[in-house]
Amino acid sequence: MKVLVPVKRVVDANVKVRVKADNSNVDTANLKMALNPFCEIAVEEAVRLKEAGVVTEIVVVTIGNKSAQEQLRTAMALGADRAIHVETDEELVPLSIAKLLLAVQQKEQAQLVVFGKQSIDGDNNQTGQMLAALADMPQATFASEVKVEDSNIVVTREIDGGLQTLKMALPAVVTVDLRLNEPRYASLPNIMKAKRKPLESLSIDDLGVTLKSHQTVLNVAPPAERQAGIMVSSVEELVEKLKNEAKVI
Amino acid sequence: MTILVLAEHDNAQLKADTAKVVAAASAIGGDIHVLVAGSQCNDVAQAAKSLAGVSKVLIADSAVYANQLAENTAKLILDIASDYSHILAAASSVGKDTLPRVAALLDVSQLSEVVAVQSEDTFVRPIYAGNALATVQSLDDKKVMTVRSSAFDAVAATGDAEVVALTQAISASTEFVSQTLTVSARPELGNAGIIVSGGRGMGSGENFAILEQLADKLGAAVGASRAAVDAGFVPNDLQVGQTGKIVAPDLYIAVGISGAIQHLAGMKDSKVIVAINKDPEAPIFQVADYGLEADLFDAVPALNNLI
Repeated sequence: MKVLVPVKRVVDANVKVRVKADNSNVDTANLKMALNPFCEIAVEEAVRLKEAGVVTEIVVVTIGNKSAQEQLRTAMALGADRAIHVETDEELVPLSIAKLLLAVQQKEQAQLVVFGKQSIDGDNNQTGQMLAALADMPQATFASEVKVEDSNIVVTREIDGGLQTLKMALPAVVTVDLRLNEPRYASLPNIMKAKRKPLESLSIDDLGVTLKSHQTVLNVAPPAERQAGIMVSSVEELVEKLKNEAKVI
Repeated sequence: MTILVLAEHDNAQLKADTAKVVAAASAIGGDIHVLVAGSQCNDVAQAAKSLAGVSKVLIADSAVYANQLAENTAKLILDIASDYSHILAAASSVGKDTLPRVAALLDVSQLSEVVAVQSEDTFVRPIYAGNALATVQSLDDKKVMTVRSSAFDAVAATGDAEVVALTQAISASTEFVSQTLTVSARPELGNAGIIVSGGRGMGSGENFAILEQLADKLGAAVGASRAAVDAGFVPNDLQVGQTGKIVAPDLYIAVGISGAIQHLAGMKDSKVIVAINKDPEAPIFQVADYGLEADLFDAVPALNNLI
């Protein structure tokens, strides 16, 4: 079985971003970039399925500018077999990404598509669901456990009140949550090996997809700053402040 | 202009999130219809019809919708979508699962976690874990969006809308196997007035008992940081943060939580924040209204005795 894993290059999770002075966007110049943490978990799961003998080939795909190839190499160092880079400098909405991924999926005919549940920059949490809809595949979002049983996949999902288990026929889309696994580190020999793994570069035109314009970002502003309050010296003082000053208890 | 709101419910009770999404719909303006898709969910429809501003409740009552699987619900919404200019749902696990599917089937973009309405086509939403707010104008003919319920106040239950039954029962290929829900007598995290949250500093799951005692005294809900969930102290549905629940209670008490970007994303809109931590350098103190530098194992029992 072949697995397709879409991945994204994002600002490192530990970096606090700042908004540009002209309020057009956040300033990502010279910031440390990384593989989106949820995508890392998706790659790890695909690798584990391969190690378990369920999966034969792992294809990673990303859509973005030239430098996104770095993240494809990272994914291959973690165990993906080959990579597809759809090159574009434009910032695309999840629906446009899903349409491009649909074209890649139709080309590759993967039985399983494993996504991160959301990217930590756009915080959209949409792309996996949208690809599933466009490809008319069943979906299991926010997965914390994945089991492949013959031509079916059984997924435990994190829902608001607890956990839910679903079963669906392949091909299917799964988006992964934090609790699914603990991603491995890439070893130096694997990083060297990843440099020789195949990386195919495509343009949007190559995929034959026409994209629409869906939205205009009018303004990006920093949120209201929250000022630090006061330090209290004792529990008694804290209770007194909460009762009489803040009046919340 | 007619707006469709997907009701948030568990087949027996309408969740408070729905009244907050209706408030967002009222801010857009226009006729508001609520869709209740579920099984044996008549009580939910009866509760929904009393929400102020709602003119019609559509009820799709079928075993097919019992677990609100995205595939089925998305097809149902698609079936009736031609009547609506806006389609809204809470940014809950059901809303986030279902609406992107609806948007893709309608070939429109979706806006996630909307926190403010500026006009019928312009909305504000947080990006980068809440470190920036983007004002976005939608160019699509239909606006599909999930709403961050903590950013809106629930509408009153003073209305009396008509209830109309839908007969569609669209079944899809996904099969529901089982569900395990966390049972708790405490208020739900999303709607609690007070939240007491614990982090890695709690040390173990057993130690959460002291937070639970405090929570019970305050009538509060218990939350947690990712570290506490990953360490197995508490179940994952208690996680507050960028990828867990987003809350904005009147009082948030963070105990043994350092205050990483991802945790702050879930609670920094709380009205009053209290931090109890033995590390004076912890970033949580930069957003706390009241900070107490102390060992939580001394401070929490002492707090419990005083309240």
